[in-house]
Amino acid sequence: MTIPRIVGAGLIVIGVGVGIGRIGGQAMEAIARQPEAYGKIQTAMLIVAALIEGIGFAALFATAEN
Amino acid sequence: MRNPLLVKFFLVSTIFFSVTIFAKEAEISSEETKTDLKTEIDEYIQHHLKDSHDFSLFSYKDSEGAEHHVGFPLPVILWDNGLVVFSSSRFHHGEEVATSGDSHYKLYHGKIYKTDADGTINYDAEHHASNIKPLDFSITKSVMMIVITGFLMLLLFGGLAKSYSKNGGIAKGAGRFFEPVILYIRDDIAIATIGEKRYQKYMPFLLTIFFFIWFLNMFGLTPLGVNVTGNIAITTALAILTFLITNFTGTKTYWKHLFDPLGDSMPWYAKIPLYIILIPIEVLGIFIKPFSLLIRLYANMQAGHIVIMSLIGLMFIFKNWIGSSLSFGLAFAISLIEILVAVLQAYIFTMLSALYFGFASEEHEHAEAH
Repeated sequence: MTIPRIVGAGLIVIGVGVGIGRIGGQAMEAIARQPEAYGKIQTAMLIVAALIEGIGFAALFATAEN
Repeated sequence: MRNPLLVKFFLVSTIFFSVTIFAKEAEISSEETKTDLKTEIDEYIQHHLKDSHDFSLFSYKDSEGAEHHVGFPLPVILWDNGLVVFSSSRFHHGEEVATSGDSHYKLYHGKIYKTDADGTINYDAEHHASNIKPLDFSITKSVMMIVITGFLMLLLFGGLAKSYSKNGGIAKGAGRFFEPVILYIRDDIAIATIGEKRYQKYMPFLLTIFFFIWFLNMFGLTPLGVNVTGNIAITTALAILTFLITNFTGTKTYWKHLFDPLGDSMPWYAKIPLYIILIPIEVLGIFIKPFSLLIRLYANMQAGHIVIMSLIGLMFIFKNWIGSSLSFGLAFAISLIEILVAVLQAYIFTMLSALYFGFASEEHEHAEAH
């Protein structure tokens, strides 16, 4: 029995969601600790989130391949 | 509201949104009545995501069931043992065979094939068309939008540059809006990642790529229905530019980091087993970095378009008041998010390019600090 591709897509979304959620959460925490470093933290957060997003999209394309 | 500018802004943005949504509704509703609604919506979305040889704004069916396309044709430029140029109106939206000289061409799934006078498409075993495909240099919808964006940027930023000298070094008009954006790219992207000394060399590219991606993303949200940055060929071209600039401006330190990352920290014989693993990874990294750039931009814009179009398609599946209000609300919300995504993706692309340039232009004194 093969696992449907859509299950894989769901797993990817869970993984990426947990990852980006953690980045966002930790960034919020960091900003709460050091509000003056807001700009730097936000930039770093966006970059790391973008990196995870890139991997997530690449994986989604692998599952969507016909 | 007391501020007249603010009032104008809200008015314009309200009109803009209503136009976007109504235009898209009209596009789908016109093509109803076919066999299966779901496959039709699916096909419509697929068609929207692709590049096309004519600029069609929308199409509708009159009471007799005849289809009318509203839009304009674009030039088709082919290289088929010589230059062949004709208007894409000769294809009649893929329904007819275009004849130029003594050659015949047919549009099949958005690609141009050379056929006989009847437009026969031959298939191979895998049901792919096996006709000759002439080299296609046509001005397609995407190419047209790229050229328009290019001219727009030239006029806009050229004019802004001139307005500074006229206005005594103070931005005026649209420059009031763009000056902070440009300063942000310079101070918080270029200087922060590349460094005070070398950032100037990269500024033209970073600014160009930021505004190019941003403007094209925004055009993708208008009723024009273009999907330029959601086209993998275009994002690939942009990523190749980043790749070339990164590697051609790479300093000695950059290449040393790639091929001798451990430096003098251990004797050469200890490095050999490590380098068997490390160097292939570093070399792969050179290619993975621009690859992730191109996939990210392409997938984000593609996904955004699919989501908006699917939500609008909901209306025609539910066919009652819940469906239309749901699809309107959701499509409106996603449209707002897409405006954010449009600028965010341009920012991320610029930021990561700058980061890679920062690695590449690293000088020796920095390396010693490790």
